[in-house]
Amino acid sequence: MDKFTVHTGIAAPLRASNVDTDQIIPAEYLKRITRHGFEDGLFAAWRKDSSFILNQPAYANATVLIAGPDFGTGSSREHAVWALMDYGFKVVISSRFADIFRGNSGKQGLLTAVVDQDVVEKLWALVEANPETQVTVDLEKSQITAGDVTAKFEVDSYVRWRLLEGLDDVGLTMRHVDQIAEFEAKRPSFKPVTVS
Amino acid sequence: MKLGRTLAEKVWEDHVVRRADGEPDLLFIDLHLVHEVTSPQAFDGLRAAGRPVHRTDLTLATEDHNVPTMDILKPIADPVSRAQVDALRNNCAEFGVPIFSLGNAEQGIVHVVGPQLGLTQPGMTVVCGDSHTSTHGAFGALAFGIGTSEVEHVLATQTLPLKPFKTMAITINGALPADVTAKDLILTIIAKIGTGGGQGYVLEYRGDAIKALSMEARMTICNMSIEAGARAGMIAPDETTFEYIKGREHAPKGADWDAAVEYWSTLPSDADARYDAEVLIDASTLSPFVTWGTNPGQGVPLASVVPSPDDFDNETEKTAAAKALEYMGLTAGTPVKDIKIDTVFLGSCTNGRIEDLRAAAAIIKGHKIADGLRMMIVPGSVKVRLAAMSEGLDQIFIDAGAEWREAGCSMCLGMNPDKLVPGERSASTSNRNFEGRQGPGGRTHLVSPQVAAATALRGTLSSPADLEEKVG
Repeated sequence: MDKFTVHTGIAAPLRASNVDTDQIIPAEYLKRITRHGFEDGLFAAWRKDSSFILNQPAYANATVLIAGPDFGTGSSREHAVWALMDYGFKVVISSRFADIFRGNSGKQGLLTAVVDQDVVEKLWALVEANPETQVTVDLEKSQITAGDVTAKFEVDSYVRWRLLEGLDDVGLTMRHVDQIAEFEAKRPSFKPVTVS
Repeated sequence: MKLGRTLAEKVWEDHVVRRADGEPDLLFIDLHLVHEVTSPQAFDGLRAAGRPVHRTDLTLATEDHNVPTMDILKPIADPVSRAQVDALRNNCAEFGVPIFSLGNAEQGIVHVVGPQLGLTQPGMTVVCGDSHTSTHGAFGALAFGIGTSEVEHVLATQTLPLKPFKTMAITINGALPADVTAKDLILTIIAKIGTGGGQGYVLEYRGDAIKALSMEARMTICNMSIEAGARAGMIAPDETTFEYIKGREHAPKGADWDAAVEYWSTLPSDADARYDAEVLIDASTLSPFVTWGTNPGQGVPLASVVPSPDDFDNETEKTAAAKALEYMGLTAGTPVKDIKIDTVFLGSCTNGRIEDLRAAAAIIKGHKIADGLRMMIVPGSVKVRLAAMSEGLDQIFIDAGAEWREAGCSMCLGMNPDKLVPGERSASTSNRNFEGRQGPGGRTHLVSPQVAAATALRGTLSSPADLEEKVG
């Protein structure tokens, strides 16, 4: 995983709440067995509408997505995170993220920055008025700056550390194999196994 | 004095492998269920790192999301679906993971298979790369959906680093009216707390109305916890739970059974346990409940009307309602029972179990489905299908003009041949009414099996009571 410290880029305002993972990437794109190349599935249904925000040239190169509350609800598909990242997004800003989506993002290095809805509204107004506005997301300071808006964002402290260091979870856990073996030795015999 | 603990806290504590300041707890996972959609990239990750599956004996795979529900012994027609199913079979063979493939008597939807084998037991941690893993919480297990990176993590280590959840008690006092099902109850709860209401929480459903439910009804409730934003929902294990597990293939036997029951009996939340949030619902106020919009929180009683954006008090919900009405092709103020349905889907991990099929068959028996309407019956597993056939339920559905299909996720999610066409409207016993969920442009109303059956007969969203009025 790449380290994440500061990112600056153009932001797309997605004025919608409850953007579920079926909207982020429909099920038909989930049949692939590779981990990359999901950018064509991102918001596939909405992108058929020429007025959709990502179809507007001004936001075509956006790397920050500013969304309404409850972003990433529904299915656990990590493909939603891969699609956003493959498309070029580095950060999603919202007042509330679904738990599984937020967890998946943290594993992959997509920053989910939580701010109050009034900050979202200010950022929407700002980037709608001037699509060229550069939005800076500083993970070390947990701070977003754009035009005259400066706001702290919330991010889980452990996820923040992992993103700043670019560490992957499996490697971290593998440091504790002895403790896992110790735990396994003490499991009760009535716990089921899947093999007969 | 030490404070009492909740069910969720007890299960959590019993699985902590490692705890360190400033880090998530490392939890041991008792059961990891795997399916074809969220696992191929996880197995690739293992391969790239040269890692084995740490505990193949705590891992089980089944094919469900992609599989057709007709002609299952022929090769899967869609080459992309076939490749994904083949990848699962190859990965399981390479890594030594047990798998129930299409055609196996144990194949079915992952969340139907685990409980019916007796693999899901109280006090366990259960994960799967599928958000409806919350289903298994009905047994008093801590069960939740994970992403593909976490699937890889569990395959490699049989553990997950996790931050503790908050706890929310949802207490349903009193008795449910006779025509109200577990599905109506959970749809009502989601409409009440919202699709984000459970975020960060484990929900614990409790109270007299929950205690009175069967295991299958409890699974319906816990299944849709994720639709309220909660990763997990739980119900305290009791005699109903023990009775359901006893004698199943993977249930503890002999002295192990006694030890297990003794442990399971310690799990219910202590009387002085504190929850971070509490919701109270009076069961007697409930009635059959269906969704009108494009998220599971957009629901109303079946006997009411389609709401107007003006009925909502904040701008976000007003906008969402207007957008949903447009997508659904509905006009505010229309009686819900006037909504005409094209397709009725009975199945899914929410309502694809034998009790669901029995409930629908009892209503349909001796009648024909409405002219021009399509009804698909998709059992949640091969075992459910065979049980239904041994009771003659298949013939009841076939005689009524419905399609009797093989087991799988089917029309719940539009990943296999069973899909809605644009503009087609369904009454579906599944769990998500998102835009395009059942096929691009499809319009979904989430309903109980009983409402699905009555709707199939009348052609408009209906309850069994409406049927009695008509038939006399």
